[in-house]
Amino acid sequence: MKYFPLIWATLWRKKTRTIFTLLSVVIAFLLFGVLETIDYAFANPSSGITGADKLITTNKYSITLPLHFADAQQIRSVPGVAEVTWITWFGGYYQESKNFVFALPVDTDTYFNVHKNEFVVSDGQMQAYRNTRTGALVNVALMKKFGWKVGDKVPLHSTIWTQKKDGSLDWTFDIIGSYDVKDPTQAGAQASNFLFHYELFDEGRSYGKGQVHWFEERVGDPSQASAISNRIDALFANSPNETKTQPADDFTMAFVKQFGDIGFVLRAILGAVFFALLFLTGNTMMQSVRERIPELAVLKTLGFGDGKVLGLVLAESLLLCAIAAAIGLALSFAALPIIKMGLQGVQLSPKALIPGIGAAVLLALIVGMPPALRAMRLNIVDALADKR
Amino acid sequence: MSEAIISLRNVAKRYTRGKQSVEVLQGLNLDIAKGEFVALMGPSGSGKTTLLNLIGGLDTPTSGEITVAGQRLDRLGSGGLARWRANHVGFVFQFYNLMPMLSAQRNVELPLLLTHLSAAQRKANAQAALTLVGIADRAKHKPNELSGGQAQRVAIARALVADPTLLVCDEPTGDLDRKSADDVLHLLQMLNRDHGKSIVVVTHDPKAAEFAGRQLHMDKGALLEAGTLA
Repeated sequence: MKYFPLIWATLWRKKTRTIFTLLSVVIAFLLFGVLETIDYAFANPSSGITGADKLITTNKYSITLPLHFADAQQIRSVPGVAEVTWITWFGGYYQESKNFVFALPVDTDTYFNVHKNEFVVSDGQMQAYRNTRTGALVNVALMKKFGWKVGDKVPLHSTIWTQKKDGSLDWTFDIIGSYDVKDPTQAGAQASNFLFHYELFDEGRSYGKGQVHWFEERVGDPSQASAISNRIDALFANSPNETKTQPADDFTMAFVKQFGDIGFVLRAILGAVFFALLFLTGNTMMQSVRERIPELAVLKTLGFGDGKVLGLVLAESLLLCAIAAAIGLALSFAALPIIKMGLQGVQLSPKALIPGIGAAVLLALIVGMPPALRAMRLNIVDALADKR
Repeated sequence: MSEAIISLRNVAKRYTRGKQSVEVLQGLNLDIAKGEFVALMGPSGSGKTTLLNLIGGLDTPTSGEITVAGQRLDRLGSGGLARWRANHVGFVFQFYNLMPMLSAQRNVELPLLLTHLSAAQRKANAQAALTLVGIADRAKHKPNELSGGQAQRVAIARALVADPTLLVCDEPTGDLDRKSADDVLHLLQMLNRDHGKSIVVVTHDPKAAEFAGRQLHMDKGALLEAGTLA
C-alpha cells in the first residue's frame, strides 16, 4: 500500500493520455460485459420449463417437421408418463415484427397439468379463460410491456399460419387474464409468453390440421426420465415420424443453436477487440515507460531493486486495467435491462461478468510485462547518461 | 591516518560498444577519509562521472577493488548494490532528477519507501530533511513550481533523508545561477561540517571546487596527483 501514491501519481503523469487509454479499455470491457452476458445467456438457456421431470418430444430430424396430435395418446400410454401436452409454433408478433410474442396454442387441461404448480393465475381468470374460445392468458411482463389490460382485444400476426376463413395471417384474441411464474429464474424465459386455445388454432388454421411441433411430458419419477425417453422414441421407431425425446434443457439448447454458434461469433468479436486493445494499450504503456526512463533510473539509484521497479510498472498497468474493467463491467451491468429488452425470452445473469475480472488481470499482465521487463533491465548509468 | 570511507585499489573500467572498447579508468588508487568533502575536477571525458558511478555503487569496475563504507562493492551483484545504495549513499544530480508528478515532500519520502518506517514517520523525516535544507515552506509544491535552486535543495533533502554515510553529487551547481549555486554549495559545506557527511562532488567549476576540503584532478582516466591519504 505504501507504494500506492507513487503508482497513482505515475499513472496520471500524462492525464489526457491516461484518460483516453482508460476510455478505450472501458469501452472494450463494456463490450466484453455485454457480449459475455449474451453468450452466457445462450450457453445457459432457460427453457421456461422447470424441473427434472419434464421431457420434450420432437421429430427426430428437425423441430420444424411436424408430429401428429394423435401421437399424444400413445405417449400417454407409456409407463412413467404422468401427463402429456402438445404445442405448435405460432411465430407471432404484435403490430411490428420487432414486437415478438412467444404465442403458444395450448390444450388447457393437459398444459396446466404438465406445468402443475408453475404458474400463478387466479381461479376466476382461469375459469373465464376456459370459457372463452378466443381467450388468451398472458404473462404479466408481456402485459406490462405492451400496456395491455384484461378485456383488451389484441391482434397477433403469425409468420406461419394463415386462417382458413380468409387466408389472413392476423389472429385476434381476447385477453382474459394474466399469469406469473412461481420460479423467479424462469421469469425471463417466460416473459414473452402468450397462451391461447389449441382448439381455436387447430380449427382456424388453413392447413396442417392435427399437426403439432412438439410434445411436453411430465414424468412421475425423474430418475426414470432417460428410460421413459427411450420408451417414447421406441414407440415411433421405423415410423414415418420418428421422434427424439430429451430433457427440457437439452431441447432448449438445441433450439438456441438454430441461430448458429453464437458463442463462437461473440468470442470472435471479443478476440478482435482485445487484440486491437493489446496493441493500443501496450503501445501506450511502452511509450509511457520510454518517457520515464530517467525517472525509473533515479528510483534504481535510490535503491529500488530490479524486482521493485518491475512490480511498480506492472502495478501501474494492473491499476489502469482494473479501474477501466470495473467501470466497463459496471456499465455493462447497468445495461442489462436494455439488453433484456432486445433479447426477449433470454435469461441474463450478472455471473457472466465474472470472467471480466480474469480478462482484466490477463490484459494488464500482457500489456504491462514488456515495459516492466524493460524497466527492470534498465542500466542506470546508460539511462542517466542523457540526463543527469 | 584518518579512517578511509572510500578506498579504490587498481581500479579499471572499460566500456565495450560493439567492436569498440574504451578504457575509461586505468589502475586508479584513491582513499577518501570519513567526513571529507572532496571535489573531483577534470575535462570532459576524463572519467570523473565514471569514478563517481563506481563510488556510488551505480556501476561495477572491470577490475580492481572498491571498498565504500566497509563494503566491497566490486563483489556485489545488482540486488546487493541496490540495497547498499539505499542504506549508504545519497545522490545529487545536475538536473535534480525529481519526480515531476510528486510534491517536494513526496519526492523526499521516496528513499524512505524502502524502509520499514510508518507513513507518519516517513512524513516527519521528510519534513525534517526539507527544514534542514531550508525549504520546508515549499513541501507541497511540485518540481515545476520550484526554481532551480529550490529544486536542487529538494534533491539534496531526498539524498539526505535516509541518513546516508556518503553524498555523491554530479555537477550539483551546473544548472544554477551563481547565487543559487553558492547557496547549494554552502548547504553542502554545512552538511559536511555540522553533520559529518562525507561528500564527493564532480564539478567543472573551480569556484565550486573551492568549497571542498580537497580537490582531485583527473585526466584521461587517471588521477593527476596522489589520491591516497597522507
